[in-house]
Formats: sequence, C-alpha cells, structure tokens
Amino acid sequence: MELMLNGIRQSMLDGATVADAVASLTTRTRGVAVAVNSEVVPQAGWATTALADGDRIEVLTAAQGG
Amino acid sequence: MSPVDDLTLAGVTLGSRLILGTGGATSLHALEQAIRASGTELVTVALRRVDPVGGRAAGGLLEILERCGVGVLPNTAGCHTAVEAAKVAHLGQEAFDTTWVKLEVIGDERTLLPDAVELVPAAERLVADGFTVLPYTSDDPVLARRLADVGCAAVMPAGSPIGSGLGISNPHHVRLIRQAVEVPVILDAGIGTASDAALAMELGCDAVLVASAVTRAADPARMAAAMRHAVIGGRLACEAGRIPRRFHALASTPDDGRPAL
Repeated sequence: MELMLNGIRQSMLDGATVADAVASLTTRTRGVAVAVNSEVVPQAGWATTALADGDRIEVLTAAQGG
Repeated sequence: MSPVDDLTLAGVTLGSRLILGTGGATSLHALEQAIRASGTELVTVALRRVDPVGGRAAGGLLEILERCGVGVLPNTAGCHTAVEAAKVAHLGQEAFDTTWVKLEVIGDERTLLPDAVELVPAAERLVADGFTVLPYTSDDPVLARRLADVGCAAVMPAGSPIGSGLGISNPHHVRLIRQAVEVPVILDAGIGTASDAALAMELGCDAVLVASAVTRAADPARMAAAMRHAVIGGRLACEAGRIPRRFHALASTPDDGRPAL
C-alpha cells in the first residue's frame, strides 16, 4: 500500500501498523507522538493500529522552539 | 538560593522566574550552556517531524533537557486555527507526558501576532480537556481577561513581535494586564536584551519568557546569565517600590547645616 509518512510517499506492506511506520524513522519511542489522518494515536495503540492505503502519518518529536 | 520569591504556576513552584525558549540555538551544545547559565527550570519545545536524514533524530533535545533537570513546556508554534492548535497540544501531551501547553495560534505571518478569534476557543477547549493552558497573547488587557476567564493558568502577552528584539512596545498595557487578571502574567516575545526583561518585571510581570534574545545573541550563555540577573533585579525593584518620577530635581543632600563660605 501507498501512504504518506511525514509528507513523503512511502510503500509499506499490507498489514503494517503505526509501530512499523515509527520504526522506519526511529528506534526510539519516548518523546515521539503520532497522528494518523490528523487524529492522535496514543503510543499504547501503535502496535495494534493497522495502516490503510492513502493514510497520512505524522511522526513527531521535540524540536527547538520558543 | 534566589534572592526573590518562587513563582507558583498552576500549583507548581519554580525557583526561577525566567522561562527559556529553545528556538534559534545554533547547536544543542550552545543551548545546553544557555539553559544552565539562565538558571531556568522550565523551557519550551516545539513538535516537528522526525527527520533522521535532515538531522532531526528523535530524542536528542529531550536528553539534554533531562540532563539539565528542567521541565518541558510544549508549544503549538506554527498553528493558525483552534482545531490545529488543540491537536498539536494533544500530540505534545503524548510526546512529553505533560498536560501543560504554551498555546500559540498565529494570525499573521509577518508579525506572528496571535489570532484572538481562534485563541480564546482553543484555550477554552484545551482547559476543558484538562490542560494547563499558558496562552501567548497580544498586549490587549481585554483579551488577557477573556483568556483568564476561560481558565488559563497564566497569560503571556507579547512585548513586541516574536524575535523582533523591540522590547516592550506598550508598557502601560502590560501594567493594565497585570491589573486585569489574577493569574500570573508572563511577558513573552520581543525581549531584546537584559533591560527589557528587567522592565517587564518592574511593570509587575510574574515571569519572563525569552528565546531569540538568548539563543541568537553573540554569546548565548552570557546573555542567558544577563537575563537571569535582570529578572531577579526587576522583581526586587518591583517589590521595593520605585520613587515617583519628578519634573524637577529633589536634592538628596540636606540643605540644613550647609556652611556659609
């Protein structure tokens, strides 16, 4: 399936979860937050939340900011 | 020990009345030195995409903040609507395990001043969601009162536009805001140098938030130390009670006993 991960088009295997998407960007889980199609997915649900074709996933972390 | 009293913000006691924004630092090392020199106990962070290729790996900034022993205040920088800001606040809660948020809803790209029409409902909604809401607001006393009325834990008026270094454009409004609300007033945005921070405190603000003035200074750690002292000095001066301004001089040396020469 094709989806948008942090604004970049990606192919992922069918059945991939939010946890898989996060793992493709970072090995860390602390200090990371995820939204799928603009809805927050709590960390406890990453491994069980399946992604679908066309999903927009945002994987966010702390950045310098005032 | 600080020579001034602690700041109580939403029931939490902070030993420093200086809050540091982390934006604008040239390196994490420079940021860490500035945080330590500032004596702050609370710093702001933003949420941005993990970008290992572009250099934004997850975790680096947080490790430094933990090492410094400072609290994290996530912001909603870059948001333009109440809906967007509320989502970012919830994502900040997930990432940083805090219900505190520095709420920013920007209404204009050139001035980065807040959009009052979006800001109040965003604050109201986040308060209802259980957040401790610290809104970045303009220097409008009525808007500040509205934000306090919907349950914000503090109000954070801009002295002048973010990053402008223009100082406090309307000191009278800052005083009016101090009178208009019961919650802490934190002067946020526009500070250029130490005297601006001291003035904010002399006007009665409870704390000052500084980012660019420190992180973009030629020597950020030294400017952070300057801000630390300025905030303490301004607080002491405010409590000490300044003399009234006079049009003419008033001699401090008595005339009585002056020799006839």
